[in-house]
Amino acid sequence: MTLTTKSPDSRSTLAQRGGSARADRIFSWWTLGTGLLVLAVLGLILITTVREAWPAFDAMGPRFLTERIWDPNPATGDAIFGALSFAYGTALSSLIALLFAVPVSIGIALFLTELAPRRLRGPAVTVIDLLAAVPSVVFGLWGILVVAPALVPVYQWFHDVFGGVPVLGSLFGQVSSGRNFMTAGIILAIMVTPIITSITREVFSTVPRADKDAALALGATRWEMIRGAVFPHSFGGIVGAVMLGLGRAMGETIAVALVIGGSTNITANLFAPGNTMAAVIVQQFGESTGTYTAALIGLGVVLFAMTVLINVLAQVIVRRAEARMKGSR
Amino acid sequence: MTVTAPPTTRAGAGGPDLTRAALSGRRRFSNHLATTAIWAAVLLAVIPLALVTYEVVIKGSGVMSLSFLTEDIPNSYRREGGGMAPAIVGTLLITGMAALMAIPLGVFGAIYLNEYGKQSPLARLIRLMADVMTGVPSIVMGVFIYISWVLLVGQQTGFAGALALACLMLPVVIRSSEEMLRLVPDELRQASMALGARKWKTTLTVVLPAAISGITSGSLLAVARAAGETAPIVIVTGIVFAPNSNLFDGFNTALPAQIFRNASQPFEAAQDRAWGAALTLIVIVLGFTIIARLIASRFAIKER
Repeated sequence: MTLTTKSPDSRSTLAQRGGSARADRIFSWWTLGTGLLVLAVLGLILITTVREAWPAFDAMGPRFLTERIWDPNPATGDAIFGALSFAYGTALSSLIALLFAVPVSIGIALFLTELAPRRLRGPAVTVIDLLAAVPSVVFGLWGILVVAPALVPVYQWFHDVFGGVPVLGSLFGQVSSGRNFMTAGIILAIMVTPIITSITREVFSTVPRADKDAALALGATRWEMIRGAVFPHSFGGIVGAVMLGLGRAMGETIAVALVIGGSTNITANLFAPGNTMAAVIVQQFGESTGTYTAALIGLGVVLFAMTVLINVLAQVIVRRAEARMKGSR
Repeated sequence: MTVTAPPTTRAGAGGPDLTRAALSGRRRFSNHLATTAIWAAVLLAVIPLALVTYEVVIKGSGVMSLSFLTEDIPNSYRREGGGMAPAIVGTLLITGMAALMAIPLGVFGAIYLNEYGKQSPLARLIRLMADVMTGVPSIVMGVFIYISWVLLVGQQTGFAGALALACLMLPVVIRSSEEMLRLVPDELRQASMALGARKWKTTLTVVLPAAISGITSGSLLAVARAAGETAPIVIVTGIVFAPNSNLFDGFNTALPAQIFRNASQPFEAAQDRAWGAALTLIVIVLGFTIIARLIASRFAIKER
């Protein structure tokens, strides 16, 4: 810079070659604008959906969240839109999914970071990547045409064996078809396993080598090393990963819409058909009008708020866990 | 490491027995149990993948033929035959249009995060929100585009579907591109600046080319994911039975939406078409994924 000020000629050529300061400013504003797009889209989603859902919120008030009846076309009286049954279905199917997916995901992550022979590590990662690459609608197709019919005898067996036991009996009630909460939970479990696995694996790989070696040097078996060195270090990260999986399970639409059976229902019976918020929207959006549409969009608002809340929490937890890890290394 | 006394001498000298046989039965058992459980977990992940691939390939190849790929969709679920051409055209066009919108915007967003914003509070907020946005359910994105685009222009179109997919892809592209830009060594930037290039020129002609293979592969993975998205397509694009190559006028359809609609029908003809569409979709998605991996491994040297 000091050189260029001495001769005006060379200064101008340099400036031309590098472009002007204005181009620089325009470029930086342009990139900033595209970055802000993310915030804009999220903000717009909130504003537009709340505005469109307002007629339903207005008509139902807080009952929108506490009412279990969903009757868009009643024989007499006003339509009733209560989200509670669907919120229950969302919670129950996601919970079942996590019960299956979390232990399996942690197991796979441990396999990849601690146990796998070098030549098995690549194929195992590929399996997880492929599992994540299969579109959810394909899992739905497989679920409704193959898994659901195949599981009916299994459900029937559970009902026959445990149906009479006091508390368990209410969980394993009558089996009407293969399309129920349980099937939805199993299909969801397959779909959230890759995401929980990949994050847990990242967190496990940040555990300091020295900690693990120290445990082994003290005579710990591999499992004791995992319990004593790996788990305590990665607890926060695992919690975050599970919450991200929960967010994914709650928002999953198509596969659940196909296999959950589609009835407005609150029951402890895992073998009963139900419905979830996301699935109801996609099933009924096409045939809805007026307040009915507003109510479906209202379900979307609730879903959006819950998933954003869970995701923000999860991201903050994962970030904090990873930052602490980096500090301790 | 320097001490190389054989174990026998140390045991003989009264030291602890460190051989595996000295472990108590309970400890050995729990270690064994945990190892078995971990292997079982891996197996549990392989089984559904193997089963779903098997079913799709077997049932899908049963209906697969040239006419399946080129004929129109029958307007009755009950009717046999016909094909999925409109859905294949729709999937390619809608996903392509979404990629055209989301990838450039996403890459510029990533440039802001890595070259300008860095660790500033705004950049950290955008980074967090991009991660949150990847978690927004696709159905919510569909409803959003329905409200803010379909209601605005007054009809369901393929372009509305492309908008929804673009919104879903954007945060993924931003975050994966940012990771790749971060791998570009600072020396490259400094060298370019030292030669007198402005920051925008440095970014576009030095930093971006250095990271382009990683950005391409990350973007292709995002495209592959978007190609399989169903819920927004069902809500915002309507349905057609003959190919519609105009994204801006008239209804459209895509493979995932066709799988969804046909899978829930009790008619065997519809279910067969769903399997065929699923095989086609998986081939397309896998194609994108494999190309992405090839690019990533082939040109990985540049990312050092």
